Amino acid sequence: MRAAVIVFPGSNCDRDMQVALQAVASAPVEMVWHKETALPRGLDLVALPGGFSFGDHLRCGAIAGKSPIMRAVSDFAHAGGHVLGVCNGFQILTETGLLPGALLRNGKLKFLCKPVPLTVKTSASPFTSAWNAGDVATVPIAHHDGAYVADPETLAELEGEDRVAFTYTDGAPNNAVHDIAGVLSANRRVLGMMPHPERAVDPAHGGTDGAPLFRSLADALVSA
Amino acid sequence: MKARVHVSLKSGVLDPQGEAIRHALGTLGFEGVEGVRQGKLIELELAQTDPAAAEAEVKKMCEALLANPVIESYKIEIA
Repeated sequence: MRAAVIVFPGSNCDRDMQVALQAVASAPVEMVWHKETALPRGLDLVALPGGFSFGDHLRCGAIAGKSPIMRAVSDFAHAGGHVLGVCNGFQILTETGLLPGALLRNGKLKFLCKPVPLTVKTSASPFTSAWNAGDVATVPIAHHDGAYVADPETLAELEGEDRVAFTYTDGAPNNAVHDIAGVLSANRRVLGMMPHPERAVDPAHGGTDGAPLFRSLADALVSA
Repeated sequence: MKARVHVSLKSGVLDPQGEAIRHALGTLGFEGVEGVRQGKLIELELAQTDPAAAEAEVKKMCEALLANPVIESYKIEIA
């Protein structure tokens, strides 16, 4: 697998994502600045990292979503490429329309920074195949705007098509609708999630429950 | 000419910030505030001099960037 991590002004989990992809998925990783207009050739995965791109101005992810590189990322996704968006990366994916719904200010208005248990809702994706549906993984969250919302039709579609990847096991700390923590695109190759799997891949992180996500990707994209 | 864009959360979308403001107003003794919705005001200085053309242009800006149609609605004032 060959991967790229997009770097925006204000990204702060880009290096963590790079290290996780290298260490767990043994992937060569290129860092790509947001002003680029093309992605490196031969990529299997594009990762949009966490952080506060453009200072969260206007709406979280709104300005990054219009960055020059995002047109190339959209083209990549529409051509069947795999895209992982974590935290601010998830917000950027909803802002660009690559994933449905939106992320709003946490219900209790607090910045939430703590490990939370997640229920893996589906193993039928290139991001979750190393788990069994129903497994619980404890992964950190660190966000102020993580309350997932979508209209009832969209929610019914997501749930009917088994596209909710993760839920908050103990109820959403951020008031996300239906406790949703991560969702998949219709072709299951784009995943957006608020929790940070890249911050749970080394025993020194306090846990390695995020590692199966990167192992899943390595398995799915090995021959690509 | 100037344009003002009012962006607000759609009526069905929960607004915890508005609710916090309502609560604080109650604490200050302002009674009878039954609901608060918080939004954004964006003021634009435009080179365009034709109001209809300006409004059409600002509408495109709203759809492309200024508002997120999934959760927000907007109103445009041209002055």
